[in-house]
This record gives sequence, C-alpha cells and structure tokens, in this order.
Amino acid sequence: MSVSAIVFWIIAAVILGSAISVVTAHNLVHAAFFMVLTFFGVSGLYVLLEADFLAVVQILIYVGAVAVLIVFGVMLTQRKEMAQTNAFSRHKWVAAFLVILLQILFGYAVTHTPWLVVDEAAPDTTVGLLGEMMLTELVIPFEAVGILLLVAVVGAIILTKGARRIL
Amino acid sequence: MDVLENLFTNIALYARNLLMEWSVSYSVIELVILFLAIIGILGLIVLDALILVWLERKVVGFIQERPGPNRLGPAGFFQTIADTLKLLSKEDVVPRSADRWLFLLAAPIVFVPAIMLYAVIPFGKDMVAVNLNVGLFYCFSIASLGTVSFLMAGWGSRNKYSLLGGMRTVAQMISYEIPLLLSVLGVVMIVGSLNLSDIVSAQRNVWFILIQPVAFVIYFIAATAELNRGPFDLPEGEQELVAGVYTEYSGMRWALFFLAEYTNLVATAALAVTLFFGGWHGPWLPSWMWFFIKVYFLIFIFMLVKWTYPRIRVDHLMHFGWKFLIPLSLVNLVLTGVGIEIYRVMGG
Repeated sequence: MSVSAIVFWIIAAVILGSAISVVTAHNLVHAAFFMVLTFFGVSGLYVLLEADFLAVVQILIYVGAVAVLIVFGVMLTQRKEMAQTNAFSRHKWVAAFLVILLQILFGYAVTHTPWLVVDEAAPDTTVGLLGEMMLTELVIPFEAVGILLLVAVVGAIILTKGARRIL
Repeated sequence: MDVLENLFTNIALYARNLLMEWSVSYSVIELVILFLAIIGILGLIVLDALILVWLERKVVGFIQERPGPNRLGPAGFFQTIADTLKLLSKEDVVPRSADRWLFLLAAPIVFVPAIMLYAVIPFGKDMVAVNLNVGLFYCFSIASLGTVSFLMAGWGSRNKYSLLGGMRTVAQMISYEIPLLLSVLGVVMIVGSLNLSDIVSAQRNVWFILIQPVAFVIYFIAATAELNRGPFDLPEGEQELVAGVYTEYSGMRWALFFLAEYTNLVATAALAVTLFFGGWHGPWLPSWMWFFIKVYFLIFIFMLVKWTYPRIRVDHLMHFGWKFLIPLSLVNLVLTGVGIEIYRVMGG
C-alpha cells in the first residue's frame, strides 16, 4: 500500500469515527466539537488531493465559523442536564433502513456516473481561476449568495433586537 | 557575511548532501529536511517565549517606574527559567465538576494552530518551511482555529467566569477577524498573489506600509484584538471575570495558554513584517537577522500599547470593530482598487 493510501485510510477513519460520535454523543456540546473534528478531517482529504485552496477554505468557513456558531447556539439553548441534550429518536430501525437505502443510492450514483477523465495535470494555483469565474461566468449565483447572507444578517439583528427598536 | 547569510540554508544543504551520500531515497530526505525545519521552529518558539516574558516584564517595569525582575542572572534574565521550573513542578488540578476531556485537551489544542502558523512564514532568503501558494490565506484560517480551543476551555471548566470569558473571546475574535482579513486584501490586490514569498519579493524597492498605511493601522489594531492583548484583554479582565478562561487552570496547562499567546504574538508580528515591512529585505546585515530585528521592534510596540492604554469596555469594543474598523477597511479596499487602476492607466 502506498503512503497516500495509508494516510487516506487514517483520515477516513477519523472522519467516520467522529461523524458517528456526532450522532451518538449524549452531550450536545461534545457532539458539536466532534463535528469540528469531522470538518477538519475533510480538509485533510482535500490536502491529500492537492486542493490546497479548498482545504484552507474548508477550515476557515466550516471549522472556524460554522462550528463556533453551532456551539454558540447549543450553549444558549441548553437545558438543565447537559447529558440529555442530544435528543434520540425512537424509530432507530426505520432510520437505519433509510440510511442503508440512501447509501446504496449514493454508491450506485458514484459507480455509474461517467466521470470526465482529463489527461492534463492539475493547475498549480486555483485561486485566480476561481476568482475570475466568480466575477464572470458565475456572477449571478455569487451575487445571489451575497444577498442571501445579507438577508440572514438583517434577520438575525431583528430577531435579537426586535423590529420596533430598529425602525 | 556570506557565511552568516547562508548559515541556515547551508545547514539544510549539508544535511541533504550527507543523506545523499548514504543513498537514502528522495522522499525520506525531504521528510528529514522537513523534520529539521520543525525542530528549528520549535527551538525558535521556546527561545522567543523565554526572551519575550522577560522583555514584557522589563517593559512594564520601565513604564510603571519599577525595576522588574532583577535578582536572577543579568538584569533578571533567568527569572523566566525559574518560573518555568516552578510551573512544571506544580500539581495538575482538574475541578471535580469539569467536563474532563474538554478541560484537559483545551490547553494543548490552543498551542497547535500557534505552531502551524510558522510553517509558511519566510524567515529569510530561501528560508521557508513550506512554500505554500495560498500561504496568507492559510495563516488566517489557521488563526481562526484558536476560537475552538478557547470555547473548549471556557465550557470545560464549568465555571461561570470561565464560560463568560470564553464567550467574550469568541465574540471578539470573530468580530475582529473581518477587518483583519479586509485590511490585508489591499496588499494582496497590489501583489496579485497569496504566496508570502511573492509578497516579500514584491517589496524589494518599497515597503507596503508606505503604500498601505491605513491597512497597517487596521491590521495592527485587529491583530491586537485577535491576540487578546491589552487594551483588548477583556476575555481575562481581572476586575470583572477573575481570570476569564484561565480561571480554573494551574501549573503547566496555564503556562501552555501563556506560551501560546507569545507564540501567536511572534507569528502575528512576523506576518505584519512580511506584509508591510518588506519581510527579510534590508541592507548589510543577513536577511534573517533583519527579519528578527523588525519582528522584535514590532513586538516592542505591541508591548508599549498594551501597558499604556486602559482596557476598552465590552460594548465599545463591538462598536469600534463593526462600526468603525470594518467600514474603514472597506473604504481602503475600494481606494486601493481605484489606485491600482489609475497606476495601470498611467503606466501603460
């Protein structure tokens, strides 16, 4: 087995282990921290694929921001006993059946998609290309995401401050 | 002078040649060289912490008109070593109701991103451990990891002061991350690259602090807030929060938080030197010596600011960040873009 394959399996084990822990942890705060570990593992996969920029973005956006927001949300809505905060569903067999079905579907999609194979080497720097695409070809989706985020920010301010105090 | 200039690159070259003679495979040689670089960086971090703790005490002493440490060694220099030995020999206390794993892991984890920052900083000519093409972006994303460990410490301690301190740290670090990133974007626009070595070599003739003075001021203020240093040291404001997130920590775990703060301080100053002060460029002296002279000068300014200005109030902190620094950095960004365009039209 080559070195990169060994590294891949280690990272995969970390991702899957922490992802399972996110679901099974009884304490919601622990679950949130396991989620941080999962995101970190995914960025490790990107590094392995030599997608440096994507790996860095993964850490900045998901680990840095989303995880912190999750933890904030969790802490502000806690109950008396932290050990019972991660609610469990009673229909675990139905859930397991659905998950297996979904996995089969994913597996089928991955193995049966005619992936486009290119002979060219991967570009050294992707930052410039991505930036150019965002401001030319993908400018409308880019702006739409911007507006979406702006609406979310305004909504958050109104939720915390109350509409009357602002207007 | 050439010997000094190439001291560290020659050591790496010597190790490489030695391994070549022993006919070790190429990938193993690369690993060994990387390992040597890591050892060098760790040594640098420990040495820096020793010097900085002493320096900070001396600077405070100077500002408050008292001698500072003066008993052990020349000008009290060995005081830090004595303190480190004392901290190492202390009992490792874990509060009974603490969230044990989060509490124990937080102190080592706070140190990890601090060390990772050093991987991409060019310390001198041809002296960079990993020449990453998204180096600058990497620095900021790694620095944003710091919030996670502060949350772990604040939550894990099960103490209201720790939790309040942790929340304040996170709120402050998230808010000031935005002006920090925006201020640096101006430099990136001028250079057209995120590679720190490229940014340094673009400053061969003129330092970017002359072109982007406003960006540097914003960077300096936001970086002070990111480091949780005075006047932005609310997360550990003694008068309100006992010691913030550090309340329940003692002995070596407490020292790790302290060590991480100084490691981050050096990294932030090094990044500022790379971005605004021409990196390792300078006449006569070897490049890495110039780099450290600039870094230590900047750290001295950080210390003067910390001990001169009183702590800012928590709501003022947020107002200042969101209503003043962010708009200012956006204006700076627009003006930089216009300036680049004018320069291009005039030049071409």
